[in-house]
Amino acid sequence: MTLDKVKPGQGGIIASVGGQGLLRRRLLDMGLTPNTRVTVRKVAPMGDPIELSLRSYILTIRKDEAAKIQLKEVFDL
Amino acid sequence: MSVIALAGNQNSGKTTLYNLLTGSNQHVGNFPGVTIEKKEGQIKRHKEISIVDLPGIYSLSPYTLEEVVTRDFLLKEKPDLILNIVDATNIERNLYLTLQLMELSIPMVIVLNMMDEVTASGNSIDVKKLSSHLGIPVVPISASRGEGINELIDVVIRAIKDKTSPRKLDFCIGEVHKAIHSISHLIYDQAVAAGYPPRFAATKLVEGDEPTFKNLGITENQIHIIEHVVKDMEEALNTDREAALADMRYCYIEKICSEAVVKRQETKEQQRSEKIDEILTHKYFGIPIFLGIMFFIFWMTFNVIGAPLQELLETLIDKFTGLTSDALIGIGVSDWVHSLVIDGLFAGVGSVLSFLPIIVILFFFLSFLEDSGYMARVAFLMDKLLRKIGLSGRSFVPMLIGFGCSVPAIMATRTLASERDRKMTIVLTPFMSCSAKLPIYGMMTAAFFPDKAAVVMIGLYVMGIIVAILSGLLLKNTIFKGEPVPFVMELPAYRIPTRKNVLLHMWEKGKDFIQRAFTVIFLGTIIVWFLQSFNWSLHMVEDSSTSILAYFGSLIAPIFLPLGFNDWRASTALITGLTAKEAVVSTLSVLTGAVTDVELSRALFTIFTPLSAFTFLTFTLLYMPCIAAFAATRRELGSMKYAALTALYQTSMAYVTGTLVFQIGRLIIGG
Repeated sequence: MTLDKVKPGQGGIIASVGGQGLLRRRLLDMGLTPNTRVTVRKVAPMGDPIELSLRSYILTIRKDEAAKIQLKEVFDL
Repeated sequence: MSVIALAGNQNSGKTTLYNLLTGSNQHVGNFPGVTIEKKEGQIKRHKEISIVDLPGIYSLSPYTLEEVVTRDFLLKEKPDLILNIVDATNIERNLYLTLQLMELSIPMVIVLNMMDEVTASGNSIDVKKLSSHLGIPVVPISASRGEGINELIDVVIRAIKDKTSPRKLDFCIGEVHKAIHSISHLIYDQAVAAGYPPRFAATKLVEGDEPTFKNLGITENQIHIIEHVVKDMEEALNTDREAALADMRYCYIEKICSEAVVKRQETKEQQRSEKIDEILTHKYFGIPIFLGIMFFIFWMTFNVIGAPLQELLETLIDKFTGLTSDALIGIGVSDWVHSLVIDGLFAGVGSVLSFLPIIVILFFFLSFLEDSGYMARVAFLMDKLLRKIGLSGRSFVPMLIGFGCSVPAIMATRTLASERDRKMTIVLTPFMSCSAKLPIYGMMTAAFFPDKAAVVMIGLYVMGIIVAILSGLLLKNTIFKGEPVPFVMELPAYRIPTRKNVLLHMWEKGKDFIQRAFTVIFLGTIIVWFLQSFNWSLHMVEDSSTSILAYFGSLIAPIFLPLGFNDWRASTALITGLTAKEAVVSTLSVLTGAVTDVELSRALFTIFTPLSAFTFLTFTLLYMPCIAAFAATRRELGSMKYAALTALYQTSMAYVTGTLVFQIGRLIIGG
């Protein structure tokens, strides 16, 4: 399952981060590395972007970007 | 003289610390060749130490300008010390940059900011343990409360004297370690020759960092070996090079944090933020609340506080102008000197100063929104709307301010994270109809569309927005092609802005505006004054219809034939409108000799038909903004050439749109 499919209030463990170049590097730099626990907190009013919580801070990314993040485990909070 | 570089993540309290260390003793400029702000100042009571505020960044990747600028500065200028500010409430992600900075072999001190929030929530960080793990002095402070600053300065001074670079570099283990070490031996001499710390260079080569390959002059043969080493590493770890290094750094950070950091719960500020966000980014209330906040800010800026201040300022300027005028006449100066001082200089100064209250007040609110963390939420709320034209949600606020005044709107683009977004927003913002154009709309609608004033005005605002959207699409696919900076943005915890930051920001913007804009605006007004007051034999004219300006007006008038108005008075008004858009109204009344509004309305019928009046309005809406906005554009783009091109683009858009409106309008109404 990819991160864009995760509903608010659910979380998961990252398996891999796809994409390339600047985008991928930015995701990795911001701490979205394999085995990191991430939860989806919210979806913006117009349906995109989404709000994530990881490594004790809040990050927002677009769904297109979230679709590049593969999760290996999804759970309800 | 020692130089310190202040580096850290965005939202880590970097600006607050910088302001604390330097006071108002700052010089703001740009890094060479880019529009990224560079602040430099001296540390209070230690004038021998100067400190450079580097852009807020999360990593030293080769992809964003901010990161490249930071890296170049650190590698080329070789500061005596890196002061790395770390947000203690968000230590894992902040230390990620720290580990990369440590590789640069420059003496370093870590400032652990917001320690008060950590301890107040019952969490703790063992500063000694952290320091011994990293091999770098760590100083806990609270920048917002001003705590720990003296201790910090003591440590900094000692570290500069000691000149000890971070010794601990082996935070990697296993395969990555092996790869970095073998490459580091391979390229050691080239790295030293290029001024790169070998260890840093090796890490970057493992990462596949293009600039490092180029700057070190890595040979074909070496590339072959490096790629071979990297391939072995990738296969052994079952991942790729960039992920391997990011993962290695975060693993090391997790290990340190598990020993030095006790985190029982979210900090009070983080919990509070969650509660605030339940309202401010609410599914249904989020956007209405945002619009309400902006409406409040506009109302306060342009009505409640701005208008009286502006009036007061104008009265004062009028008084002073009157006194000077009397004095000049008293000492018997010639007419042209009197006119130069009163109509040229004083009118010029007056037009500059009348912007000032609006700018200062607007930036009071804006820096409050920015420092509180709300601006990031605005980007979150509005992102989807702006994405289609290739911008992100962050551009929404400057564009909205554009409806008030383009000058602060353009100045507000400074906070946009990417240079591309910044430039594009600067080009598009003036299409938002600014409030100075309202008198023109008022004058024209009163004459031509008295029953449909509201429809015409709303139509103009909508047209501005449509042209901005079309321009956005055009620019996105031409000049600003290429990969936009991805929208991966931190939503920082809400914090109450410090008074010092807000005041300094206001002061900076006000000063900036007066200093920089003065020259251009001043020159512009003087030129227009000269053209308006003299004829070709350089005699002062009684009647401005015989002035040089009127000559130019008639010269360019035929250009506007496709737009439906070929009259020197209209084109002259468009030229004077460059000093300030309101001037279009006064010029048209002067040139038509109209004294009352009724006379003016009647006189306008000799120049325009209702359709050409509308195309005139269209042109006024879209053509290049006033000189003050042009000066701001030049300042923010950092180049006269690009500012001129921007103005040319805007004027061309106005011309094309005006022509289309007139020609299509003529087909429809058949005349």
